[in-house]
Amino acid sequence: MACFVVPAVEAVVTAAAAKIVKNNEKEALPVSEGENTGKSFKIPFSRKLRWLTNLLLGGSALLLFEHIWHGEVVPYFPFLTAASNPQDSVEMLHEMATAGVTMALLTTAIWGVMLLVAHIAEKRVNAAQSSEVNE
Amino acid sequence: MTLLLTVFAAVISTVIWYKNAPDDKMKVSALCWMFWGASIMWFVDAVFGYIELGAEFFRPSPADMLNDAYLGLSVIALALVIWVVILLIKDPKGSVRASLFGKKK
Repeated sequence: MACFVVPAVEAVVTAAAAKIVKNNEKEALPVSEGENTGKSFKIPFSRKLRWLTNLLLGGSALLLFEHIWHGEVVPYFPFLTAASNPQDSVEMLHEMATAGVTMALLTTAIWGVMLLVAHIAEKRVNAAQSSEVNE
Repeated sequence: MTLLLTVFAAVISTVIWYKNAPDDKMKVSALCWMFWGASIMWFVDAVFGYIELGAEFFRPSPADMLNDAYLGLSVIALALVIWVVILLIKDPKGSVRASLFGKKK
């Protein structure tokens, strides 16, 4: 009914957070663009936040199309057909609270796994670099 | 069927991205994000469908399957259109700018 709204809202929040973090952090070069300067490599957190934003936005955009396909989203007010009567509204809110929240949580959890993999990759690059320096 | 088609599209676009990585001049990563994001979300939808319908979830009527396949293909087409728009706007190879301003790269 409107489950995609929850990840879409999270995408907006993470996009804003990524902008703020980018403004605050010092320019650290990502691993792929880094040079062997002897400093440790770290992928900027703003870039990692953009991964989550991309996942959430991309998914929400395609799910929005699915909802238009099924006639659940319309191009006129109130935009969500379920919002036109109280009974359907309750059902819609229930779906957002269950399926929508689960979608957002699972996407965030998968992003968490990506962060873990990136952290391990950073460690490996730094370890390889320090052993090169020692040799 | 929509989930299945989207997962196939996600895997294919990821393989294409990986083949050229770290070079992403064709912005294939945009397709990967879209397809994987949608796959995760439709997977959750499928789990909720299974909880509600049980084994019946895996026995859709031919009409439903056809409609879902049609939707899946339309979703892929939409994602490809979004990707082309991103590619033309970001113009990483400078081809659009070169064509518009008549400059040779």
